[in-house]
Amino acid sequence: MTEYIMILVSTILVNNFVLVQFLGLCPFMGVSNKVESAMGMSLATTFVLTLSSLCSYLAYTWLLQPLGLEFLQTITFILVIAVVVQFTEMVVRKTSPLLYKVLGIFLPLITTNCAVLGVALLNIKKQNGLMESILYGLGAGLGFSLVLVLFSAMRERIAAADVPRPFQGSAIGLISAGLMSLAFMGFSGLVNL
Amino acid sequence: MPLVRISSPHLTGRNRTQTVMLTVILATFPGILAQIWFFGWGNMIQIALACVTALAAEAAILKLRKRPVGFYLNDGSALLTAVLLGIALPPLSPWWLPVVGAIFAIVFAKQLYGGLGQNLFNPAMAAYALLLVSFPVYMTTRWAAPVTAGGDLPGFGETLRIILGSQPVPDAFTMATPLDTYKHEISASTAAAVRAQPMFGSWIAAGWEWVNLGFLTGGLWLLWRRIITWHIPAGFLAGLSLMSAAFGWDADSYTPLSLHLLSGATMLGAFFIATDPATAATSRMGKLVFGLGIGITLYIIRTWGGYPDAVAFSVLLFNFAAPLIDYYTQPRAYGHASAPRGLKKGNTHG
Repeated sequence: MTEYIMILVSTILVNNFVLVQFLGLCPFMGVSNKVESAMGMSLATTFVLTLSSLCSYLAYTWLLQPLGLEFLQTITFILVIAVVVQFTEMVVRKTSPLLYKVLGIFLPLITTNCAVLGVALLNIKKQNGLMESILYGLGAGLGFSLVLVLFSAMRERIAAADVPRPFQGSAIGLISAGLMSLAFMGFSGLVNL
Repeated sequence: MPLVRISSPHLTGRNRTQTVMLTVILATFPGILAQIWFFGWGNMIQIALACVTALAAEAAILKLRKRPVGFYLNDGSALLTAVLLGIALPPLSPWWLPVVGAIFAIVFAKQLYGGLGQNLFNPAMAAYALLLVSFPVYMTTRWAAPVTAGGDLPGFGETLRIILGSQPVPDAFTMATPLDTYKHEISASTAAAVRAQPMFGSWIAAGWEWVNLGFLTGGLWLLWRRIITWHIPAGFLAGLSLMSAAFGWDADSYTPLSLHLLSGATMLGAFFIATDPATAATSRMGKLVFGLGIGITLYIIRTWGGYPDAVAFSVLLFNFAAPLIDYYTQPRAYGHASAPRGLKKGNTHG
């Protein structure tokens, strides 16, 4: 049990995928202009990350390993992720039109989020079991959501600030991300995994 | 007698930016005096170096941006940032630490965001965190030994030579901080044995307790002058105390509450750093949440994290969270229902 909590603390705070490992920066910069859209993106990404780390684990353990095709892992995972994203989109559209309206536009974007592929590959590299893989994906998603939502609220404030012209837009966004990353270094040493 | 008729508002113009900044600087004096008394001239020299650099950096950026230099330098905000940084640095750190720190604080953390009142991160703490992450050795081994702990206090000239690097640092002048020592030695020892070391002195932590009481005094004065409100310091100290009561009640395995409160940068953080109005949450409720969050994070990092004191990191983390705290604690306008927030507001497709 403690081990599972440690995985969550590690992925959400200590080894945060965005601020410490620098994965998934594109949606982090792209979908952070408004708090509401950041929340939609967070929900969708967390869901897909959890599901895709489960599916890629299954695909690796039950398909690639028995056939000795481990070298195909990257391309397999990309396929798995694309399928999971499409599947999620279809299910959400059929079952909950409201949720689809909230998440709709973000779902296809997640396919290109490198954090999703990163989590799948790191799970194999770290030799995580089934439960660990799912939690690793969930923690990565929660960590992504945490910083994305905080960052979006922050960007609404930056938009109103008198930033020097050469630094407006993404430049000051990346500087802020750097300062946030500096703040997150305070968590280093909290969990050793 | 002529009847002077002036329409409202009947305000006295006392709270100009400059007045506020200078009042806060004045309020740091009891703490700085305690630092000088117990730890020597080091911090005074750090403050002076940081002030000169900060003013120069601020002037350079204002010049580049074609803003009125004198007007903005006079508001005293760069000076306050530099004073807070100088107080927080280890007294015997080499001269380039305050210089690098002050440049980073003013240029990156403050002016790139548009200057006074628009910065999102506390400039002094951003600089402190940068220095701590980049130069960990200097930031941990240059703490002065307090005079009451049998430390040999260097004179002004000698301190200056150490800081400028023309003289090596004698071992007798430096000492690990009490928080650091307690954290690392308590796992293999008992409270009594750890506390027997000279750096803990006869009361809580030699010298440190008086420095913290000095900042507490200054902070209470600021409260009385209504420069700050009670919400952030109260939340900060309550968060730290509650965590300590819940997890760290056993002094034989965790740092005791007295050491948490009156050692390290606790009081400086609670009254002078977290209360920076530009980087903190705005509403009363928001300020309480903001303070509580800092206190709790401070305890978590101090106890289980890799840093013995973490005021800088905790404050930065909640500077980062402050806009969202504001988003959710915005008071309801009188006569209106509270506004829908977050996902309830519906999706606007960014």
